[in-house]
Amino acid sequence: MKAEEHVIAVGKRGKSRQRTERRIRRLFFGVALASITILFLIALFLFVEGVPIFAEVSVTDFVFGEYWYPTDDPPAFGIFPLIIASLAVTAVSSLISIPLGVMTALYLAECASPRLREWVKPVVELLAALPSVVIGFFGMVIVAPFLQKIFDMPTGLNLFNASLMLAFMSIPTICSLSEDAIFSVPAELKEASLALGATHWETIWRVLVPASISGICTAVILGMSRAMGETMVVLMVAGGAAMIPGSLFDPVRPMPASIAAEMGEAPFHSDHYYALFATAMVLFLFTLAFNIIAEQISNRYRQVGAATL
Amino acid sequence: MKIAAEGLVLNAMDLILTLYSFMEEKMKIKGIAVLTCILGALFTINMAWAGNIVIKGSTTVLPIAQKVAEEYMKQNPGVKISISGGGSGNGMKALIDGSTDIADSSRFIKDKEVKMAVEKGIYPVPFAVAYDCIVPVVHPSNSIVNITMAQLKDIYMGKIKNWKEIGGPDRTVVVISRDTSSGTYEVWHKKVMNKERVFPGALLQASNGAVSQTVAKNKNAIGYIGLGYVDKDVKALSVNRIVGSETTTLNGTYPISRPLFMFTPGWPKGDVANFINFLIHPDKGQKYVAEAGYVPLY
Repeated sequence: MKAEEHVIAVGKRGKSRQRTERRIRRLFFGVALASITILFLIALFLFVEGVPIFAEVSVTDFVFGEYWYPTDDPPAFGIFPLIIASLAVTAVSSLISIPLGVMTALYLAECASPRLREWVKPVVELLAALPSVVIGFFGMVIVAPFLQKIFDMPTGLNLFNASLMLAFMSIPTICSLSEDAIFSVPAELKEASLALGATHWETIWRVLVPASISGICTAVILGMSRAMGETMVVLMVAGGAAMIPGSLFDPVRPMPASIAAEMGEAPFHSDHYYALFATAMVLFLFTLAFNIIAEQISNRYRQVGAATL
Repeated sequence: MKIAAEGLVLNAMDLILTLYSFMEEKMKIKGIAVLTCILGALFTINMAWAGNIVIKGSTTVLPIAQKVAEEYMKQNPGVKISISGGGSGNGMKALIDGSTDIADSSRFIKDKEVKMAVEKGIYPVPFAVAYDCIVPVVHPSNSIVNITMAQLKDIYMGKIKNWKEIGGPDRTVVVISRDTSSGTYEVWHKKVMNKERVFPGALLQASNGAVSQTVAKNKNAIGYIGLGYVDKDVKALSVNRIVGSETTTLNGTYPISRPLFMFTPGWPKGDVANFINFLIHPDKGQKYVAEAGYVPLY
C-alpha cells in the first residue's frame, strides 16, 4: 500500500466514525429533549387548566382567602388554610425527620462497622419503597387510635399524625443522600483531624459535617419537598379540615389531599376544576422553589477536593 | 365489595399522583414511584379497552354495577363488561368525550354537562337504577339512638360541640364529612344542611369506606354513609325517629335519600340496552341491587 492510499483509507474510516459519533450524539440529544419536552408540556397543561380560575377570583383572594367551599352557591375559592396546612405538615415533619435522618446517616457513615452498614443502609432505603398508601393506612388504623387514646384528643387524624407519617417517608431520602455526602468526604481530611489529636466526635462535628454540609442540605430539602408533595398519606391521616390549625393536634387539609379528594368528582372544565388545577399550580411552585434551593446549595457549596475546606 | 370500590378510588388517585411525581424532582427513589404509577395507569387503560361494555363513574354506584355485571356476564358469556370508578364527574367527562358506554352517577346530570355533551353530538339518556339512603353513623359505644334533622344541621355547622348537648355522653363531637365534590356530600348539603356550609373544622374523608373506618375507630365521631356501607362496626342513628331502611326510603318518609343513575350516550342499543334491561328488571338486576346494600327501585 502506498502512503497516499493509506492516508485516504484512514480518512474514510475516520469520517464514518465521526458520522456515527454525530448520530449517537443526536440520538442522546433527542432522548434528553423528549423527556424535557414532556415535563414542560405537563407544566404547561397545569397552567393552562389552572389560570382560568383567576377570571372568577383574584389571585390575592385565591391565595389568601380563608374559606374553601368550591361547590357552594356562590362558591368560595380560598386556599390559605390549605397552604398553611401544607407548610405546617412539612415543617413539623422536618423537625422529626431531619435529626433522625442526618444522625442515622452519621452513624452509618462513621460509627457502624462496614458489615452492619451493608445491612442497614439497604433496609433504610427499602423504607422508601413502601407505598405511601401502606404508610397512610398504618397511620389511619394503628397510629390514630393510639394517639387518641394516649393523649386523650378528640381525633387521632391530625397535623401531628400526618407529620409523623411524612417523616417516615422522608427519612430514607434524607438519610441515604446525607450518608452518600458524608461518606464521600476525602479520607485525608478525617485522617488529618484525627492525627492532630481531635477525638472522633470532634472530627465528625468540626470536619465531616462542615465538609459535607452542601450534600446534607440538598438531602434535607429534597426530603422536605417529598413531604410537601406527598398525597396519599395526608389524604388518609391529616383529618382534612380546611381550617387554619390552632394547635399541633388539630385536623388539617394540605393541598394535595384536597386535589386528590375532589378532582374525581369535579365537573370537567368547571370553576371547581380550574381551582383544583390552580391549587396544583401553587403546590408545583412550592416544590419547584424547594428544588431550586437544593440545586443552588449543592452548586454553591460544592466540595471540590480537600483544598476548599 | 367495599374493598374493591376503595381500590378503584385509590387507582384514580394514583393517576393524579403520577402528575405530581413528574413535576417533582427526578430522583432515583422517585423513579420507582413514577414507574409504579405509570404501570398502574397502563393497567387502568388496559381494563377500559378490554370489554364490549365500558362503565365508568360514581363510586357509590360502583358496587351495583359490579355485582350486576358479574351476574350478567355469567348468563351471557360472550359479553365482557369493564367497570371503573373515579366519581360521578369523571363518569360524565367520559360520557362527553365518548370513552364510556355507560356513566354511573350519584346525582342528576348538570346543565353545563348536558350542554357540553350536546355540543359534541351526544344526547345523554338517564336511567334510575336504584335508591341510596344516607344514614348518620356514630361509634357503637355512643348512647344516642335518634337525632333530629335540626340537630344534625347544628352539629355540621359546628354549633353543637359536645355530645351532652343532645343527651349523649360528655365528649367532644368529632364531625366527619365527605369531600365537597362527592355525590354523597351533595345530598347531605342539600337535604340536611339546607345549602348552609359545613363548618371548616369538619374532618374530610374521601370515600364511604373511609368514613365508616374513621367512625369505627373514634368514639367521639359522627359521620354519614350510604345504607349499603352500614355494618356492625358503626351504629346507624334514626333521623326524626325514622330508621333509614328500604321501606322508609321507597315510601319517602326517610328524609335523606336519593335516586342513583346510569347515563348512556343516546338511547342504548345492542349489548348496552340488554344490560340496562337486565339491571332494571325486578327479578334480575334489582335483586342484586339489594344484595349490594342499596334500595331497589320496586
